[in-house]
Amino acid sequence: MNESALFDLELKVLLEAVYQRYHYDFRDYAVSSLRRRMRQAMQRFECERLTDLQHRLLHEPEVFAQAMQFFTVQVSEMFRDPGYFRVLREQAVPVLRTYPSIKLWVAGCSTGEEVWSLAILLQEEGLLDRAIVYATDINPTALAAAEAGAFAIDRLAQFSRNYLQAGGTGSLSDYYTTAYNGAVFDRRLRRNIVFADHSLATDTVFSEVHLVSCRNVLIYFNRELQDRAVGLFRDSLVHRGFLGLGSKESLQFGEHHAAFETCSREQRLYRKAA
Amino acid sequence: MSPRPLPRVVVVGTSAGGVTALGQLLAALPADLPVPVLIVLHLPRDRPSRIAGLLDPGCSLPVLEAEDKQPLRRGTVIFAPPDYHLLVEDERTLALSCDAPVVFSRPAIDPLFESAAAVFGADVLAILLTGASQDGSEGIAAVRAAGGLAWLQCPEEAEASTMPAAALQHAGADAVLPLEQLCQRLKEMFS
Repeated sequence: MNESALFDLELKVLLEAVYQRYHYDFRDYAVSSLRRRMRQAMQRFECERLTDLQHRLLHEPEVFAQAMQFFTVQVSEMFRDPGYFRVLREQAVPVLRTYPSIKLWVAGCSTGEEVWSLAILLQEEGLLDRAIVYATDINPTALAAAEAGAFAIDRLAQFSRNYLQAGGTGSLSDYYTTAYNGAVFDRRLRRNIVFADHSLATDTVFSEVHLVSCRNVLIYFNRELQDRAVGLFRDSLVHRGFLGLGSKESLQFGEHHAAFETCSREQRLYRKAA
Repeated sequence: MSPRPLPRVVVVGTSAGGVTALGQLLAALPADLPVPVLIVLHLPRDRPSRIAGLLDPGCSLPVLEAEDKQPLRRGTVIFAPPDYHLLVEDERTLALSCDAPVVFSRPAIDPLFESAAAVFGADVLAILLTGASQDGSEGIAAVRAAGGLAWLQCPEEAEASTMPAAALQHAGADAVLPLEQLCQRLKEMFS
């Protein structure tokens, strides 16, 4: 067995061990990117072999907590891919407006950039008061950051550019105050957001929602786990509910592609088929 | 000794000067190429890329931008999209990721080459062309460590010599050639 095959074997065993020890299931994560992140974790925790990392993860829960950032990926911006938010405004909002109350689910919300973006969009469209936004993730540290709604000041220029390109009707600065090198978003936006732990790998449907936004999360899953997650979205969505994916994610290679029709191919907005 | 089996995938990395070099490389690919060609060209992260559409007319194979979990098919040329790493997930599937940039770049060459080596082992042909970055060196090392082939554009001829020169120094190569000869050898390999 060569080095590369040994590494993959160690990785498989590590993921099984983590699952049994902590009930976090990364066994069906896309292995191509996980390999790289595990190598980075080995460096970070000064482990020569993946087996050494497994040993530390199993015996030192605080190391596992810190290692979460290597199992999951936190990369986002507010109004990332502005065109996506523009399409939400143009195509989803007019439909959402027809309901007396709406529920939206940001699945895999990470550190919350997209959740706060969506809250601002709903606020500007006069829908936030009748909305509940579920923001879920498996990473407690990321979820706490999402809930805090505080972002480094040097990221705000990019966020503002995105906000305007996304069709924002005011100025992003209407929604935050700055303090200590950070921008803290208005707590009033938070009033209808529910932050909660939820795993697309192990949990089930928890609510009926009108829109699911799950962007650049599925890319970290293998096809089987993608099918599970998209199945959950289908089962969570109301009749003709919306599903938004990341700009390079697609339903066409998965088993549920026939359950959805395309609203915007460019911006990866789909709608549950009738 | 039995002859070396043909590679099952060709991976290409390039940066500064890469558009012209790739135009030449893709024009040399035969229409019946029995393997997929995966390419990372360093791109600005904040806007769509037109590279696939630009190079498609000059190539006898379809030239596409990757989507996540796209099937890996022979005779197609796949580019990494802006702001995503392109990876080989398994022998039949590609994957994308938003993992951290490598040497300031996403997409980056190292993740593609390393993932190809992890999946296809010795059956990889990696080609590193012109570029003004160190990206690709680790990838070339990974390909060679797995027994795969590494071809570099001759640094003296490359529009930007840093990238092939860095890889040559870091990992060595199975061939260091001017682009035209490199294209010729590629054609011969699969004819």
